[in-house]
Amino acid sequence: MKTRVYVTLKNGVLDPQGKAIHHALEGLGFHGVNDVRAGKLIELDLADGVSDEDVEAMCRKLLANTVIENFRVERGDTLAAAAQ
Amino acid sequence: MKSAVIVFPGSNCDRDMAVALEAVTGTRPVMVWHRETELPAGLDLIAVPGGFSYGDYLRSGAMAARSPVMGAVKAAAERGASVLGVCNGFQILTEAGLLPGALMRNAGIRFICRDVAVKVENSQSAFTSGYQAGEEVLIPVAHHDGNYQADLETLDRLEGEGRVAFRYSGECNGSARDIAGILSDNGKVLGMMPHPERAAEPAHGRQDGRRLFEGLLQAIG
Repeated sequence: MKTRVYVTLKNGVLDPQGKAIHHALEGLGFHGVNDVRAGKLIELDLADGVSDEDVEAMCRKLLANTVIENFRVERGDTLAAAAQ
Repeated sequence: MKSAVIVFPGSNCDRDMAVALEAVTGTRPVMVWHRETELPAGLDLIAVPGGFSYGDYLRSGAMAARSPVMGAVKAAAERGASVLGVCNGFQILTEAGLLPGALMRNAGIRFICRDVAVKVENSQSAFTSGYQAGEEVLIPVAHHDGNYQADLETLDRLEGEGRVAFRYSGECNGSARDIAGILSDNGKVLGMMPHPERAAEPAHGRQDGRRLFEGLLQAIG
């Protein structure tokens, strides 16, 4: 089952990559972009029986550094529901 | 002084660290591969060197911090061994939870590779006993992710407890309060972005880093 983990920087944490992307967009002539924050999308293909708690543990132990990052999990069943 | 240098895939300052340690202590450090689950007995110092362990994938130091050897490093630290993390080693120690905070992408995006003036804030630790408090020394940095960040409470605690070991004398990489190196609460673990092993012999042009190893030798024998 496909599961997506979104890892984003916490509010207030400076995001140099987001800033660089913002500057590049402005350099290309795109205006009206107030702010850019860059994060990561990690897709997991999970066997049946892997619980939400397991995925949360994966996030806390490795996928996100909770000192500076937040994470959000989208499980396959929600993904499938969203697609329909 | 019995020391070990941990080697990860992608470490590139492990041999420099070993050369500096051997030159100062007279004893060759044991090189320990990251797959090991045990360290040699009776280590006084464990050095976690600079480099790009595991290609800096996911986050700098994230994979290395969860590699088998780090359990043994944590156990040794609990037993009272000194642990020195330089550059990627500092990133690994924060990811492993041996030091607070995190090292993020440099505020100016660029990789920074130059000598920087660093102020010694605390000369009471074994690592910094070869310096005078308040003294300014020149030590090279070479990093992309050296921007030290922690929440305000942690920063205040580090300052209040004298755990900021080194501070950049001017703006370097965006680090909160210009922090270049911090100590653990018991002073036995030091993480720092500047590379003392790269300023450790006459051919390096300067030897301010060598004094860190000399101080360590004096302090822990």
